[in-house]
Amino acid sequence: MPSPMMLRSAVWAGALLVVLALAPAPALAKTEIQFWHAMTGQLNDATNELVKQFNDSQSEYEVKPLRKGTYPETLTAAIAAYRQHQAPHIVQVFEVGTQTMLLSGAVNPVYQLMKEQEIAVEWKDFIAPVVGYYSKDGNLYSMPFNSSTPILYYNKDAFQKAGLDPSKPPQTWKQVEEYSKKVIASGASKCGFSTGWPSWTMVENMHAWHDQPFATKRNGFDGLDAQLLINKEFGVMHLTKLTEWQKGNIYSYGGRQGTADPKFVNGECAMYIQSSALIGGFTRGVKFAWGTGQLPFWGPPYTKATSIIGGATLWVMKGKPANENRGTAKFLKFLSEPTQQMWWHVTTGYLAISNTAVKNLEAGYHFKKFPDQYTAFAELTKGKATANSQGIRLGNFVQIRDVIEGEMENIFAGKKTPKQGLDDAVAKSNEILKEFAAANKQ
Amino acid sequence: MQRTVFRNRWLPYLLVFPQMAVTLVFFFWPAFKSLQLSLYRVSPFGDTMTFVGLDNFEKLLADPEYYRSVVNSFVFAGGVTVLAVGSSLLMAGLATQKIRGLTLYRTLLLWPYGIAPAVAGIIFLFIFHPTYGILPYFLSFVTSYEFNWLLKGWVAMTLVIVATAWTHLGYNIAFYVAGLLAIPGSVLEAADVDGAGPLRRFAAIVFPLVSPITFYLVTLNMVFAFFESFGVIDAVTKGGPGEATTIMVFKLYKDGFIGLNLGSSGAQSTILMALVIGLTMLQFRYAERKVTYR
Repeated sequence: MPSPMMLRSAVWAGALLVVLALAPAPALAKTEIQFWHAMTGQLNDATNELVKQFNDSQSEYEVKPLRKGTYPETLTAAIAAYRQHQAPHIVQVFEVGTQTMLLSGAVNPVYQLMKEQEIAVEWKDFIAPVVGYYSKDGNLYSMPFNSSTPILYYNKDAFQKAGLDPSKPPQTWKQVEEYSKKVIASGASKCGFSTGWPSWTMVENMHAWHDQPFATKRNGFDGLDAQLLINKEFGVMHLTKLTEWQKGNIYSYGGRQGTADPKFVNGECAMYIQSSALIGGFTRGVKFAWGTGQLPFWGPPYTKATSIIGGATLWVMKGKPANENRGTAKFLKFLSEPTQQMWWHVTTGYLAISNTAVKNLEAGYHFKKFPDQYTAFAELTKGKATANSQGIRLGNFVQIRDVIEGEMENIFAGKKTPKQGLDDAVAKSNEILKEFAAANKQ
Repeated sequence: MQRTVFRNRWLPYLLVFPQMAVTLVFFFWPAFKSLQLSLYRVSPFGDTMTFVGLDNFEKLLADPEYYRSVVNSFVFAGGVTVLAVGSSLLMAGLATQKIRGLTLYRTLLLWPYGIAPAVAGIIFLFIFHPTYGILPYFLSFVTSYEFNWLLKGWVAMTLVIVATAWTHLGYNIAFYVAGLLAIPGSVLEAADVDGAGPLRRFAAIVFPLVSPITFYLVTLNMVFAFFESFGVIDAVTKGGPGEATTIMVFKLYKDGFIGLNLGSSGAQSTILMALVIGLTMLQFRYAERKVTYR
């Protein structure tokens, strides 16, 4: 006679079998599309939500988003996976990795993918400075996903307290200096202004904004043998001013990436130059009244062009079966639609990349209600687009940015003069470019 | 020494096999790979590998930045080792006194060892960051000197040394407490009777008796500082300001994983490996002679 124990397990096993038999067989296995990205916090939630919208909109494909860490970590992970023939279908790569991806031979250019899949995309409708950054010979290679541009944030309460008009952000660097002094003198803040992403905001964008070349060969777009030009008159002048302004706290350096954010958020600095993508976070996290303005301008003899973008795009890895590529293409097409573009912009603060989406936002009075959301669009579209403002395309740009920021720190710390520091940055960067060109010789 | 005799010829090999397998797979294989990489120029996606001989090494040895990272490494490893070993001997000395709540103290002293370097880095960041740290805020009431390590290299270096030393503290203390407790009380009492003060007793008896432990810890802390301190640097300074805290292991990470220059990264890890092996051998050759084993 079986023991009660055995009897019980037999009953359980039977029950399990019944459950398994009754469980609905998966209708038709959906084709999975792997999507690796580097979005954190709120941006990660928004990305997941966007993917969910796509997955719910059709039944053939399922996009699986997976956060792989920081931008460099995500890229490194994708490369490692590619070498093991396990690459994801889509990988998010930051703008400085563009040249590396273009020359990798590991990607399926987006324009080609869409052509293969016969999916029509209105490329002409995309905002020029965004498309330009990621195009080669006029064809888009990766799908812009999260794009932003630096803008000026200012503390309206502090401006008020200092007797400045809180509805008027400074437009020139001269005004930035003057307003800073007033704000500090009145005790409204301890420092005038600070900056995030030092190389991106103060070197890369300042050169584009003032129509100055960042590198030879049309900022690297025309060939791998480009050399940096940031140690010329303009770059040295700007860095010299920033260095001088450290005295009296007109300018306060707050570190790389976004580590200076708290300086603005806690009211220490009255102005802050940082990515437009922070609007969302500041709306929730900043206690005082604040506004935005376009990047400050030095005035004549310089002429104003446009700012350049930052952020990341989605690259399609090659070597995947056709039916999976079809899913990838459909997902990218979905992302490019005005509806998704508008949702993404309103939710995250990143730029909507199609003119239709921007027009719709205008028609819906979105920019009337949230004028700060318009600042970035104005910077990118209202100025004169030139060869200097179309973006920067350099190999190993990640390292170059690192070199520039290291030298900026040496300059701000007084270890080197601005000219010396920038000369060293250029020499080191040119070495890096040479190395990249050698490694990518076709 | 007693020889262990195994009845089965194969048993000893079977017993050492797991350890050997782990060492081969996780040490020798990667070491061999990086040695191989160091002789090539590799495209980021690894599809083209060009043999370049010693080119990667030549470039490194001609690069003043690389020498700076070597100097930084020695300053860093030296600082960490002296601080971590010295202060843990002091604390272990205190933790072997006859005081109330001794076990509690000893337990607490071990805690830092349980904290991962990256997490330790984050903790230090929240305490010391010039923008949002709590300590600079309080310091600003006392002194007008700005300990802004985003710009001051020596402050940044001091900070990562202290942070790293702190993570090693628990481990070192555990060894020293055991060592100190093993010193026979009668020896110390005899010295006491002979009129030796605490300092004299420490110098003449305690220090020599724990010297094997000191030797072991110095070697280990140094190797740790050269290799495993990556987490703290990455979390706190990312090698900055300028290149002030870019130590060798951080530079090779930066060049390899961020710069995707795998050839140079391989060459750097080869040099680092040779350097640490060399230092360890030197220590065994010269320092160990001064060590008294019981």
